[in-house]
Amino acid sequence: MCWMLAAVVVHAQETFHVNGVPDSRPGLYALTNATIYQDYQTVIPDATLIIEDGKVKAIGASVTVPKGATVVDLDGKYIYPAVVEPFGDYGLPEPGKPAGWGGKPQYESKKEGAFGWNEAIRSEFRAAEVLETKSKSASELRKIGVGAVNSFVADGIHRGTSVFVNLSDEPVQNAVLKSDASAHFSFSKGSSKQQYPNSLMGSVALIRQTYYDAQWYKEQGKKVQTNLSLEAFNNTQSLPQIFDASGNKLRVLLADKVGDEFGVQYIIKGNGDEYQRLNEIKATSASLIVPLSFPDAYDVADPLSALDVSLADMKHWELAPANAMMLSDKGVEFSFTTSDLKNKGDFWSNVRKAVTYGLPQSAALKALTYTPAKQLKAQDKVGALNPGMVANLFVASGDIFDDQSKIQQTWVQGQKFEFGDLNPADYAGKYEFKLDGNTYAMEISGEPGSQKAELIINDSTKTNLNFKVKNNEVTIKFGLEGQDADVRLAGWIDSESISGNGQLADGSWANWTAIKTGDLEVEEKKEEEKEEAKAPELGDVIYPFIAYGWSEAPKQETLLIQNATVWTLEGDGKIEGADVLVKGGKIAAVGKGLSADGAKVIDAKGKHLTPGIIDEHSHIALFSVNEGSNAITAECRMQDAVDSDDINIYRQLSGGVTMSHLLHGSANPAGAQSALIKLRWGEDPKGLLVAGADPTIKFALGENVKQSNWGDDNTIRFPQTRMGVEQVYMDGFTRAKEYGEALAKYNGLSRKMKSKTPAPRRDLQLETLLEIINKERFITCHSYVQSEINMLMKVADKFDFTVNTFTHILEGYKVADKMAEHGAGGSTFADWWAYKFEVKDAIPYNAKLMSMAGVTTAINSDDAEMARRLNQEAAKSAKYGGMDEIEILKMVTLNPAKLLHLDDQVGTIKVGKDADLVLWNDHPLSIYAKSEMTMVDGKIYYSTEKDMAARKALSDERARLVNKMLDAKNGGARTQKPRKKEQHLFDCEDVIYEGATLND
Amino acid sequence: MNKLIINIILGLLVSTSLMAQVPAPGSAQSEPIAIMNATAHIGNGEVIENAIVTFENGKIRNVVDARKVRMDLSGYKQISASGMHVYPGLILPMTNLGLVEYNAVRASRDYSEVGKIKPHVRAAIAFNTDSELIPTMKFTGIQLAQVCGQGGLVSGTSSVMQLDAWNWEDALYVEDDGVQVNWPALTLRARWWMGENERRVNKNYDEDVAAIKKLLEDTKSYKESNPAEKNLVLEAMVPVLEGKKRLFVNANRPKQIIDAIQTLKPYSVKLVITGAEDAWYVKDLLKENDIPVLLSNVHRLPNRPEEPVDMPYSLPAMLANEGIMVGLTHSDGMIASSRNLPFFAGTVAGYGVGKEEALKMVTSNTAKILGIDNMTGTLESGKDANIVISEGDLLDMRGNIIQYSFIQGREVSFDALQQRLYEKFKTKYESQGLGN
Repeated sequence: MCWMLAAVVVHAQETFHVNGVPDSRPGLYALTNATIYQDYQTVIPDATLIIEDGKVKAIGASVTVPKGATVVDLDGKYIYPAVVEPFGDYGLPEPGKPAGWGGKPQYESKKEGAFGWNEAIRSEFRAAEVLETKSKSASELRKIGVGAVNSFVADGIHRGTSVFVNLSDEPVQNAVLKSDASAHFSFSKGSSKQQYPNSLMGSVALIRQTYYDAQWYKEQGKKVQTNLSLEAFNNTQSLPQIFDASGNKLRVLLADKVGDEFGVQYIIKGNGDEYQRLNEIKATSASLIVPLSFPDAYDVADPLSALDVSLADMKHWELAPANAMMLSDKGVEFSFTTSDLKNKGDFWSNVRKAVTYGLPQSAALKALTYTPAKQLKAQDKVGALNPGMVANLFVASGDIFDDQSKIQQTWVQGQKFEFGDLNPADYAGKYEFKLDGNTYAMEISGEPGSQKAELIINDSTKTNLNFKVKNNEVTIKFGLEGQDADVRLAGWIDSESISGNGQLADGSWANWTAIKTGDLEVEEKKEEEKEEAKAPELGDVIYPFIAYGWSEAPKQETLLIQNATVWTLEGDGKIEGADVLVKGGKIAAVGKGLSADGAKVIDAKGKHLTPGIIDEHSHIALFSVNEGSNAITAECRMQDAVDSDDINIYRQLSGGVTMSHLLHGSANPAGAQSALIKLRWGEDPKGLLVAGADPTIKFALGENVKQSNWGDDNTIRFPQTRMGVEQVYMDGFTRAKEYGEALAKYNGLSRKMKSKTPAPRRDLQLETLLEIINKERFITCHSYVQSEINMLMKVADKFDFTVNTFTHILEGYKVADKMAEHGAGGSTFADWWAYKFEVKDAIPYNAKLMSMAGVTTAINSDDAEMARRLNQEAAKSAKYGGMDEIEILKMVTLNPAKLLHLDDQVGTIKVGKDADLVLWNDHPLSIYAKSEMTMVDGKIYYSTEKDMAARKALSDERARLVNKMLDAKNGGARTQKPRKKEQHLFDCEDVIYEGATLND
Repeated sequence: MNKLIINIILGLLVSTSLMAQVPAPGSAQSEPIAIMNATAHIGNGEVIENAIVTFENGKIRNVVDARKVRMDLSGYKQISASGMHVYPGLILPMTNLGLVEYNAVRASRDYSEVGKIKPHVRAAIAFNTDSELIPTMKFTGIQLAQVCGQGGLVSGTSSVMQLDAWNWEDALYVEDDGVQVNWPALTLRARWWMGENERRVNKNYDEDVAAIKKLLEDTKSYKESNPAEKNLVLEAMVPVLEGKKRLFVNANRPKQIIDAIQTLKPYSVKLVITGAEDAWYVKDLLKENDIPVLLSNVHRLPNRPEEPVDMPYSLPAMLANEGIMVGLTHSDGMIASSRNLPFFAGTVAGYGVGKEEALKMVTSNTAKILGIDNMTGTLESGKDANIVISEGDLLDMRGNIIQYSFIQGREVSFDALQQRLYEKFKTKYESQGLGN
């Protein structure tokens, strides 16, 4: 129950007309005899707080109560600065719904007014303009002690500005602490119906380009046009910039990375799993906003259903409450938010849980008060109770970290909101209850304020009474056995006796009394509870945070692999009975009879050592694959979407893969910039990327880019034919060339002239295409039929560059001579075909024929499963075309290395190259071949031995967590049903459209 | 004639041979044939290192050890196969082969009929013997296919087809051998494109299970009451209850498999669990009820991150070692990749069973599961002469180079689209002096 006693205007609204007589009240209060937390670290026992006109006037142990102050005696109570919610939606309209599926795609903005080109950039939006105070959610928040909320509408990639508002019942104009308190970003386009962006890398690219466009607008654009979105974007730069990095901890790292590119330090809203990448999070230096929602235990009683609960989910259940403790220990600044909590009533129990898990109480209070205020540059207004600050506070019945303590009042802007009686009377005890000549024993028990009563009929029968007390008035209702209707009584309390009258079941009136005869027996169990409150034992954090993640990082060692058949792929190709020395992550020696002091010796007799397998076409370890919107999306970067927690990294290591070229899909002619990773299992996205590699980009031709299989609605976008595809390229490269010329012209100006001449607007898309023309970025192009392959080479010829690699290239065999002449490589499937019309002439002899014509040929996967058998896929060229074994193995090692321009670093076993090696139990092209050891940079990331140990450890850890969850369930904890998490496995033709997955 | 016309005619000649149909089926075996001195992999686990395999009138006559038995081979055509390996033809069960050409092209898809319950829909009559996919299957040693439709709860009636035929009637090996059921899913796929990453509860599960049960109940009633009015749906199901058609029930998750077996047990049908990805977790139930499995795809990923990385590779051996009858299929991927069936067996052989045991999973086990083991599946006297001769190990890409293939004694031609295209462009590049 919540009612407000002081719903009056404290501050008059000076400029407003009053219809009637102004009624402004003194608003002078003295809260006395309380234990007061002036701020998160300063506690004053037996203190007084004076409030005047909604502000703190004085605070201290020896403060005199001013004349006329309404005194509130808070003896035994605790006062805390009210909680500051940095990430709320109080008083604002619901965000718009995301676009539905199906229907005609929308490529342009339909928003009216002088706004920017993309509906997802809502920088002009101001929450203060639509704020409605007195909304229902206010009372929910006040009950948990929140006094002020930074409120914004979670819609769009730029969400405009928030309003920082008190949860008082003041008119909006008075309740607002700060309009435009912070500017808000996210990776989600929200309700925008526009196609672009529809991927993570697209969202990031749009943010980047918006920064550049805004810069241009500020310097020159506004002279020629009006763009309210860019204007607002510029005007809000000085505000705290809050980035909603919903998803998981890797989004936090991504948001920070984007900010770093523009010298902006975002305040980042995390996900409560930051402990899973603590060092990297710390390194961002970002101040975080952290949710306090912890997952419920899974109901694992049924072992078959429990199979569907992942180790990661189990471990997160255990570790989530320790997140804040770990952040605090690490020195990361963070505030708490209630925003992700489904049930706001869980808030304080979760805060206490975090404290139980080791978060210092002062750190918890800091995260609830000072830090959010500081994040909003409002620490002089809220978050503490210093004189002059807004009188936002809550009163608790005891120390707020004590489980028994309740929030009884929240004061906002000097207005008191009460939740029940401050000191409810305690009626607990044994009573003699007399009614209509009968005498019963009655017991009243429970916490004061919410007590219940029971009639003891006999030893085994008790009747619960519907018992209500308010202002010393009592109502009772109950039914007795054998009676149809209830007895209804009313009465009044006089010290230890209650009396009154009422109607019996038959409707007749009777008097009743209840006289207290004694106290209840008190049960003593406090000690035990204290025992349980100590920090629980926790499992290790693993890297990555998924099955087969390690808790101890693989190290570079000096390794001597002896007596193997070494497939060097140099010279004659292989050496029987040879040794390889690995040192400092590099191949240090190759030869027979090697020895090295201190090297760990690996006996490889009967085994085969090959270079690590390189997959030229992969989509593992990605959050999204296609920015399937505009025809050219060259500004997008796959490295923004790298997911280092993908189990397929580990699975592919087990198949000998050490490097993967992560490509955009094939939804558009010019896709996104590719990411090249080494499979350094356990590293974060940045740690996976191959530093210094030549930049690449994915292009695509054919059915996918002309949307042949996207359904009838998708017939709008240019191009819809192979003819149109050529023109997309001609247009893109022509404009890029002109852009380059304009840049060159500008850069060639004297300093004086430069200052007078507007710089060309930086355009990331054209810049990328220009890099291709300038031979600084290299194309991998999805292609099938010979006409289009030939076309792209001719386009490239016109702009004087070379198409680096055709991928899929299933009709490459038909134009292999032309490809060889042009200098293009081919990265193909061993034997895929027939899955759509344009592959009807695909043949498994393609690799052989392309090689024969002199094309640098690779076998790639485009498939998370196939990648782990890429050696065997390549081996199909022994069957189809009878290729030489050394040449076959090169198709998954040296040749892709060449296509990636890294053949001086990887791809063969040669002194000085990276120690990316695989030890096979059998001939590496055999169907029976298994990797027994896969190393990257000389670190053993996978071995049969390690894998067996990991399986055992995993099984033990699951068993431990299953038992812990069962205990939690038996202990009365809430549980959730196991639901199978499903990872979408991308291939390059995944297109987001109408729910259709265009596989193959 | 001027030069241009000659060129056009020449061009037409070349293109007609290239555009030609799939190779003609072989003609009936006209003389007894003896395959000499190859290593014979019988398909039942046995190997004869130096064997003589003879066949006559399309049937296998003798399979003997050349070191122990002397044979009079006068009148036989002899195939010298020393150093080579001879196998029974492989069987590809649960496939859309012949029902689809280019999966993305609607007009070329013939595997999914409208409706939820359609046992009367027969795959055999849509089987396209001229599918260009068929020669590619034969090129790796596949000779028989159990062709079935898909979709709905009861997808239709399958037939076993031999892959060297002029038309579907010729191709019939066993007509209407089984009915395919898709056990309803307890949970539905996450809509990843909507950002979902958890499966959703299938609210229709109970209803769908009830529909399958009712179909069997109604079939029983129909069979016993023999009403005057024919019901094509129930007619198609009667042989299932009579044990004349097998019931192939696709179920992957443990609870699906349990529910399927427990629901169908009372009807005494000849039950085969297909898909069976999680069969390991319910292996005891499969064992107790002696139910064989046709595993969906060896070359797939584990179902859960926690599962051993090689779980799908090891599963066939794990089940086989428990005494469960295992056959391999390729029912969940790109149909073109079904030609890798021998390599699926090869992979299995690397993970817990021997090569001969793995071979059984694509030959004799499959024959038993389909109920055609009296006709094929092993190199044994009296069975159809479905024989593959490979240069090396059939289960390995390096050895799978088929020298001869006989289906019911007819010699299979390999001059198909892919080989013709290869030769065409190889010749072109050779003429340019490339590749030397």
